[in-house]
Amino acid sequence: MGNSPLFKYGHTACAGCGQAIAARLVIEAAGANTIIANNTGCLEVFSTKYPETAWGVPWIHSLFENSAAVASGIEAALIYLGKKDTTNVIAQGGDGSTGDIGLQALSGMLERGHDILYVCYDNEAYMNTGVQRSGLTPFDTNTTTSPSGALSTGNIRPKKPVPEICNAHGIPYVATASAGFPQDLSRKVKKAISIKGPKYIQIHVPCPLGWRHETNQMLSVAKLAVETGLYPLFEYENGILANRKQIVPKLVQEYLKIQGRFKHLINNPAEIEKIQHIADNNIKKYGLKVAPDV
Amino acid sequence: MKEFVEGSHAIAEIIKAVKPGVISAYPITPQTHIVEDLAQMVSNGELKSQFVNVESEHSAASVVLGGSATGVRVYTATSSQGLFYMQEVVFNIAGMRLPVVMTCANRAISAPINIWNDQQDSISLRDAGWIQIYAENNQEAIDFHLIAYRLAEDKRVMLPVMVCMDGFILTHGMETVDMPEQDKVNKFLPDYKPLYKLDTADPVSMGLLADPDYYMETRFAIQETMKDSLGYLPEISSEFNAVFGRDYRDLLVEEYQTKDAEKVIVAMGSVCGTIKEVVDEQRSKGKKVGLLRIISYRPFPYARIYEALKEVPRVAVLDKAVSLGAYAPIAVEMKAAFYGKKKGPKVISSFVAGLGGRDITLESVYEVFRRLTAKEVNSDFIDLKPELLKEDYGK
Repeated sequence: MGNSPLFKYGHTACAGCGQAIAARLVIEAAGANTIIANNTGCLEVFSTKYPETAWGVPWIHSLFENSAAVASGIEAALIYLGKKDTTNVIAQGGDGSTGDIGLQALSGMLERGHDILYVCYDNEAYMNTGVQRSGLTPFDTNTTTSPSGALSTGNIRPKKPVPEICNAHGIPYVATASAGFPQDLSRKVKKAISIKGPKYIQIHVPCPLGWRHETNQMLSVAKLAVETGLYPLFEYENGILANRKQIVPKLVQEYLKIQGRFKHLINNPAEIEKIQHIADNNIKKYGLKVAPDV
Repeated sequence: MKEFVEGSHAIAEIIKAVKPGVISAYPITPQTHIVEDLAQMVSNGELKSQFVNVESEHSAASVVLGGSATGVRVYTATSSQGLFYMQEVVFNIAGMRLPVVMTCANRAISAPINIWNDQQDSISLRDAGWIQIYAENNQEAIDFHLIAYRLAEDKRVMLPVMVCMDGFILTHGMETVDMPEQDKVNKFLPDYKPLYKLDTADPVSMGLLADPDYYMETRFAIQETMKDSLGYLPEISSEFNAVFGRDYRDLLVEEYQTKDAEKVIVAMGSVCGTIKEVVDEQRSKGKKVGLLRIISYRPFPYARIYEALKEVPRVAVLDKAVSLGAYAPIAVEMKAAFYGKKKGPKVISSFVAGLGGRDITLESVYEVFRRLTAKEVNSDFIDLKPELLKEDYGK
């Protein structure tokens, strides 16, 4: 990949960072006529350390949890100025700032019907502060605040279904995407931008540091999450499941065994079975399985 | 034009004249009447603003932050818990040098929950980097909003301004006011032209991470602007007087019968009306008493206060807030204003009154003057009810 005028190289993301790649794909798909409001988090820190910025579009960071509300104010100002029809507004943040501390602001933005695309970069924990558990951390994940131990196999709760929560707001478009499927991701961003109203895209972005996998394995880890059914890719249009990426499901062990955050489960088939059950439920719920040849 | 109106309605009228592009607020008593009236004006087509109904004060402040960063004039209003809930954003707006104007309808802080007036809310946010000015009556509350926008949007300032008006006493009080005419408002307050804004024609990044090599200078710059604003307030006041014919002098303090006074009360906000009545009555009996009203609490006009009170032997500071475990907020500043100086009061006594809406009556003010003796007192509560203090569960 060469340099991009909208998200320039020279930022300080870790090697193999899924979020940096996804963020670049998002802004390139949205185009130069876009204003971004960014929550506090890795992306904000590694892209805008004063006096440098990686952003070639107007960009603002205010606080950890308020990008949806800041973007609402930007959108309102653009309407007042008569510029909304020619300007896209994106609010973005990580999984914690989106689904935990920022969920209220996000819900308000969706409910009010602003013409904004919200993008959640889901690396499944608070990576910027050192891999603490978030509401979007998967079941049985070892994080610094949900460590495995004699009495624990890691995070005790399943992943919070933020796309479903967003869809329940009755908004026109909700999608999940993955850094492992860049063309699919770009297509979804372009589609979202073309729709008026509130949109939500949640992108699965591997974090080699927090997930403890090799930096050159980012794409294959991301792909395996989708191919096992643990991270289903789907689109809701006006509340209806309109599209999903179908798979020939692989076993979840394939995905778990290459990440240090699940290393404690290797000799624990009972727990792996529970995770397989989560994948199976996703496969059933979203109809992910490719129909067998007749 | 003279109108007999409720304070909140008067504020809505002046905000309409100011023509903000984005208004955002969340309901909290006693601020609600202001934003209800603004919502109606927008609904009627009288005001061409985007009115954003948010799910919290945190988002109300964030919406006006985003609007201001996009280059339009913005407005919000809140009180009490609402102000505290937006506190994080309040500090952020100042750090980003955005000229947001907010009305704080002053109200007590929970617990116990209490919707009535004192000034604990805005005073607790004194370190946020907002200019804070306090109105005595509704005419001032109206005029101070115009002055607030002029000051905030002044390129030498670029700081947010909070106009503080006592909840219920002013917001729900009916008063005859002279409502500024639109043409005069336009003359005094030109359209807002931002230095920087979020604009795809000229992309900028805002709100960057500043490490230890850069952070301190941003705070120093605000501190310097605050100091300089002590000079801009008198300048803008005189321009205001030239357009509207109302003289707020230096806009820092008001001296009322202080020249030869032996006892002076220092206070802020609507209680000063009550104190003036007592001063008038006492003066008619030949007693040398006076009032020094603080208008600008941030920046705090130390030098101006020193000049005003350096020959006064006894000063009583009346706070409608407390700093639990320390001297009362305004009292601290007053003592600092005279520390190490050649002249100054022999006694600076501090009194706390009117918390949670307890009436500060004429008799309360007399009591302050009576307790202002040669013996200095600190955080002396006025109008406590002894019968409520008898219970002792600790023993």
